[in-house]
Amino acid sequence: MQSPEHKPIIVVENATVRFGSNTVLENVSFQVNKGEILVIVGESGCGKTTLLKIMIGLQKTTAGRVLFRESNIMNAGQMELNNYRQNIGVLFQSSALFSSMTLKENIALPLQEYTNLDSATIDLIVRMKLGMVNLAGYENHSPAELSGGMKKRAGIARAMALDPIVLFFDELSAGLDPITAVELDDLIIKTNEALGTTMVVVSHELQSICKIADRVIMLDKATKGIIAEGTPADLKEKATDPRVRSFFLRQAPEHNSQDRSYVR
Amino acid sequence: MMDLKQDWQKPYQISTKTQESKLIIYLTGEFGLKNLASFAGEITSLFSQQKIRAMDIDFSGITYLDSAAALSIIQVQKAATAENIDCSLINLNDETKGIFSVIYEKALTRSPLKEKETREGLVTQIGGASLNILHDVVTFITFAGELLSALSYTVLHPQSLRTRDVLFYMKRAGVDGLPIVGLISMLIGLILAFMSYLQLRSVGANIYVPSLVSFAMVKELGPIMTAILVAGRSGSAFAAEIGTMVVNEEVDALTSMGFDPVRFLAVPKVLAAVIVVPLLTLYADLFGIIGGLIVGITGLDLTAHTYIIQSVKTIQVFDVVTSLIKAAVFAVIIAGIGCQKGFQVRSGAQDVGKYTTSAVVAAIFLIVVADSIFAIMFYYMR
Ligand SMILES: Nc1ncnc2c1ncn2[C@@H]1O[C@H](COP(=O)(O)OP(=O)(O)OP(=O)(O)O)[C@@H](O)[C@H]1O
Ligand SMILES: [Mg+2]
Repeated sequence: MQSPEHKPIIVVENATVRFGSNTVLENVSFQVNKGEILVIVGESGCGKTTLLKIMIGLQKTTAGRVLFRESNIMNAGQMELNNYRQNIGVLFQSSALFSSMTLKENIALPLQEYTNLDSATIDLIVRMKLGMVNLAGYENHSPAELSGGMKKRAGIARAMALDPIVLFFDELSAGLDPITAVELDDLIIKTNEALGTTMVVVSHELQSICKIADRVIMLDKATKGIIAEGTPADLKEKATDPRVRSFFLRQAPEHNSQDRSYVR
Repeated sequence: MMDLKQDWQKPYQISTKTQESKLIIYLTGEFGLKNLASFAGEITSLFSQQKIRAMDIDFSGITYLDSAAALSIIQVQKAATAENIDCSLINLNDETKGIFSVIYEKALTRSPLKEKETREGLVTQIGGASLNILHDVVTFITFAGELLSALSYTVLHPQSLRTRDVLFYMKRAGVDGLPIVGLISMLIGLILAFMSYLQLRSVGANIYVPSLVSFAMVKELGPIMTAILVAGRSGSAFAAEIGTMVVNEEVDALTSMGFDPVRFLAVPKVLAAVIVVPLLTLYADLFGIIGGLIVGITGLDLTAHTYIIQSVKTIQVFDVVTSLIKAAVFAVIIAGIGCQKGFQVRSGAQDVGKYTTSAVVAAIFLIVVADSIFAIMFYYMR
């Protein structure tokens, strides 16, 4: 769980991202503390994936900096960036498994590239990771033979292959049944506690958020930035902003009903 | 499923009653997408003919209503309001009320967030196209640089090469291409021999047919035909494969794992092509000569022995070596362009199609350009 001194590992400073004339994020600043589970929430299309991508260095900011251990990854060289990326694991929203490889090869790939383990050990690690996400026995399946939820789990196994320092999960539990989702939450908490892995998670599942999050930040599409930040309990009980309240109390904001006055 | 366009036997009825200056329209029966076109017009014509102040639309007789019909009734209501007629919907039951409640008024009038792309004037289009070409050239040169650095990294760190991928693409581009390359080359050899025979027989110079065929095959047609076939078969496949990986975020995933996508995806393909295309070219040369041989034996009264002796006399080591060099350069062009176009894909299936096509077209164009340069270069080298 959260270390007492709140040592930041990733700092996003005044990040602005524009696609053409469409500003997605404006002046966003926050930090990810070492060892914490930070959950990013917000409505669809508000820029959560974009925010993750700038933290991975896949998307350049129009303005602002992203620091990993005090060095700016926005102007880092290729070598430095690749070094940084060997310390992180990413689950993409679409899982992004390599379709030409089996699950085993997908997960073994970073192990083969960055370690000098023999193939028997790699095999064993792959089987352990697949077991962690409840996919034991699927080593030789290709991604095309899996369901959406299974791909997601395989993606999680691949992200965790190198036991990275920071894990990024985009839409962690989307498309999973409630039981698997709960199991994954447990896995995440266990990994976080046992290995001290810092995690940045995009999620919509209120229950799961309350269970895993040390801190939550909420993005908003209209203001293009963070509208709330705090522990889930704080946000649930103390937030006054109607957008935050409606998310945590699971109610649609009352914008629709007023317009439906055709019937008298 | 019911055919929506099929003629409906008007399962609805519209009747009216006038009370003072108020028109009451009674709707009975089924109102839906299928009869939308007719009933909406009918209702509108009912009130637009009359001088009335108010109008009620009575829903009590409706047995079926869908959202499209409800929407068109809302439009009727608006049209009435525009003509200063006070229009109310009456006698709705819970079900019909529910259908009206799913229609979200603001969504009907909201203007699109993004302007529709308008067609630009000729000058703008030409300017845009020129900029695109410039951009293409710049990205191509950038990619060539990346490829070169990735290739030299691979040369310096041979253990980083994905040998299995190289073998896979060698099979795809080479072995799998053998039948078509052989067939086309043999036919070209046949045609070449036959055409030259038609011209040379008038001067009784049949004996030069083998020379002509082997000379043309080895120096030009072998390398070019092979390159064009490989561009069509494998250049396109490389572009489509990488493009699809971009769309599926697989390239992002590679990058996020600290891999260089160019080194990981492009280098094995380029190396495989460089190994395989020269070999395919030799094979094409051989089949071209065999094609000529068939014509020579059957039509020219030459023995196989003389034909082969004549061919071998014509071909010089210099020609074979230069043709192999050419083939290797073509291979780099084909695989390089294929990969580069693949990486240019941004989103969607359409992009994959577009860049696959442009990979083949650009590769063939550059092959011909390179071939012309080679022709001049080798002419002065001799
Ligand atoms: N490559 C791009 N080019 C142009 N616009 C983009 C691009 N990527 C994202 N956008 C825009 O940025 C906005 C935010 O996208 P993003 O994918 O970050 O949303 P999100 O919060 O992850 O949504 P979701 O919950 O649906 O995944 C969207 O409005 C989208 O139109
Ligand atoms: Mg997203």
